[in-house]
Amino acid sequence: MEDCLAKKMEITVSEAEKRTGRNAMNMQETYTAYLIETRAVESQSEGQCAPVDSLWRRYSEFELLRNYLSVTYPHIVVPPLPEKRADFVWHKLSADNMDPDFVERRRIGLENFLLRVASHPVLCQDKIFYSFLTQEGGWKEMVNETGFQLKADSRLKALNATFRVKNPDKRFTELKHYSDELQSVISHLLRVRARVADRLYGVYKVHGNYGRVFSEWSAIEKEMGDGLQSAGHHMDVYAASIDDILEEEEHYADQLKEYLFYAEALRAVCRKHELMQYDLEMAAQDLTSKKQQCEELATGTVRTFSLKGMTSKLFGQETPEQREAKIKVLEEQIQEGEEQLKSKNLESRDFVKSAWADIERFKEQKNHDLKEALISYAVMQISMCKKGIQVWTNAKECFSKM
Amino acid sequence: APKPLPSSGPKSLREMPHPLATSSSEEMGPALTPSPDLLLPRSVADKDLSLPNGTPVDTSSPASSSSLLNRLQLDDDLDGETRDLFVTVDDPKKHVCTMETYITYRVTTKTTRAEFDLPEYSVRRRYQDFDWLRNKLEESQPTHLIPPLPEKFVVKGVVDRFSEEFVETRRKALDKFLKRITDHPVLSFNEHFNVFLTAKDLNAYKKQGMALLSKMGESVKYVTGGYKLRSRPLEFAAIGEYLDTFSLKLGTIDRIAQRIIKEQLEYLVELREYGPVYSTWGGLEVELSEPLEGVSACIGNCCTALEELSEDMTEDFLPVLREYILYSESMKNVLKKRDQVQAEYEAKLEAVALKKEDRPKVPTDVEKCQDRVECFNADLKADMERWQNNKRQDFRQLLMGMADKNIQYYEKCLTAWESIIPLLQDKPETK
Repeated sequence: MEDCLAKKMEITVSEAEKRTGRNAMNMQETYTAYLIETRAVESQSEGQCAPVDSLWRRYSEFELLRNYLSVTYPHIVVPPLPEKRADFVWHKLSADNMDPDFVERRRIGLENFLLRVASHPVLCQDKIFYSFLTQEGGWKEMVNETGFQLKADSRLKALNATFRVKNPDKRFTELKHYSDELQSVISHLLRVRARVADRLYGVYKVHGNYGRVFSEWSAIEKEMGDGLQSAGHHMDVYAASIDDILEEEEHYADQLKEYLFYAEALRAVCRKHELMQYDLEMAAQDLTSKKQQCEELATGTVRTFSLKGMTSKLFGQETPEQREAKIKVLEEQIQEGEEQLKSKNLESRDFVKSAWADIERFKEQKNHDLKEALISYAVMQISMCKKGIQVWTNAKECFSKM
Repeated sequence: APKPLPSSGPKSLREMPHPLATSSSEEMGPALTPSPDLLLPRSVADKDLSLPNGTPVDTSSPASSSSLLNRLQLDDDLDGETRDLFVTVDDPKKHVCTMETYITYRVTTKTTRAEFDLPEYSVRRRYQDFDWLRNKLEESQPTHLIPPLPEKFVVKGVVDRFSEEFVETRRKALDKFLKRITDHPVLSFNEHFNVFLTAKDLNAYKKQGMALLSKMGESVKYVTGGYKLRSRPLEFAAIGEYLDTFSLKLGTIDRIAQRIIKEQLEYLVELREYGPVYSTWGGLEVELSEPLEGVSACIGNCCTALEELSEDMTEDFLPVLREYILYSESMKNVLKKRDQVQAEYEAKLEAVALKKEDRPKVPTDVEKCQDRVECFNADLKADMERWQNNKRQDFRQLLMGMADKNIQYYEKCLTAWESIIPLLQDKPETK
């Protein structure tokens, strides 16, 4: 991470604002714009703070940036964006994109995305990325001018279409399988976690009813009254505490979600390898058949059955001149094909090498991040337990004074 | 005209002692030597122990001697030295017969009281026997509050009458029932109670009791009917209102507690699915395998702790709550009986006044009624005080217990999560 952008520049997504405008079909729409602030990191000795530059971007522009990066760097596990629509919500959370909590979490997610890209040794050097951060006007046009959409392999979108690849790199096959499993397990985890949060919310909130009934009961008691009343207050505190607890847990869920989407990016790289390998094998196969055809024409032997061969037998052979012409064409094609195959091979090997390097980097990052996430989750649980002990200890003391 | 009872008729609130108020002991006569915590309703202490016409109160009738004893009795916070009767219910056993299957409990008694022939007894009783005892006590001590029994009928199929949890819950309630009687200065001397604790063959005694119709005659005296009370005296009205609100609030607490248990069990269901997913994930990973397994195990421990909490609440908390609701109902019934007795007295008094006879003396029948009312009021107030004290202690214990169980639950979870932090932070040796 020697020369990565993150070290040279402070990047934040500091604000989110609701806007109205006209969309591509000239219809009025409401959307959220995010303020990206950047500042060059000055060395300490200078002691001066550089000025802050800022510009506004909306989610769709982030999407465009990511698409561009995915296509331009197919061997890189490109950091994912935060989810487009709120998913895995438990009942209290809104699934509305305009909900302020959702917008806030998205703001954090977008900032995280930019920091991830800026810390990546390869991606951070991209000029389009740099312009995204610094150039307000004309950025969209600049991206489109790169013509990256043409480079995009539409086959990558067909996620589940199988290509019969004879010799894939086993590591990529395993990795693809892993990314599928990872997506499945994290989705399951997020779904259950949302249900757990829902139930826990219920448990805490019902305790609030104790507060009210203890208060009412204390009104008819003499000696017991005070103890009951104050215990009731603690029950109210207990019931209210769950809101903060669950809000904090959402952060953990977001960390898991990032890796759910990262699994998708990982899969894309494996897929790319698969497609490259497929193209390579197709090209090789095509070359072989052409060579074969050439040989057959030259020697006059028909080794394999072909309809053409049959029809020529039935309707007469070609003239030697026609045959010569055919051979010549084939020989040209074969030469072309061999060159293409050579370059494809090279391309493929380069891809495998650089992709694998990034995959190793990604693995380390993943292990580190997820460990941190689990630790912070455990810390959250510990805090929740301590709060619970505190509240019930207070309540117990009030009961003892009854 | 006879002097109106101190505790009946309209009185200004200021003059009426609050039924729940403690009173100072300075109003006692020199004949009584109370302990510092002796609590007596002021009206009883004020009352002269003689009828308006000068005749001393007949202390030979069972009703008045019992209430006298009541007033002389020391406070319920007896330490072990002054107690002379100890009763325990334990050792439930299942009996399978051709006709039926049922449970018996061992009832052990230890005593130094003269009323008992031996210092120790051990008998076996079934729920029917307890029910019989309670009915007998209600019959023979109508002016007193009899502790409640756990519910008689259980819906078959919904509750397993022979499950360990059900039997244990019932045993505790039966034990509580007998202990409350043991602690009562009047009820504990009841002859039916004595027989219940000591008789080898209770059924024989039961049959004997049924045959003696004369016994019925005596109890009928107190079961007066058909008299309408004009107005309940303020202090008893206050008790009635208190009990109404009290049982309402308890009912609400019962519903809340049940709801919490339900929510906790639903939470538990989800947790049980949640934990294993971490384990599955761990199976996919290499470096993260141990941390993920650790989290899975941790959640499993929390599940166990939660299960224990819900069980405790169901077995220990809810039954006691329900017992007190039954207790309130019993007390309300006693209040109604008291109303009946007073109504009878007032009706007879009115009848005498209307006759306008030149006899200056009040007929003995009316005297007896007046006496009955006075004793009933005294007994009821004393019982109510005792009940209030016990209620306070019981609820203090119950609610502290509930808080304790929740603390223990959180402590178990805390231990589980704290113990995996080092596991999560552990750096692998090879990199």
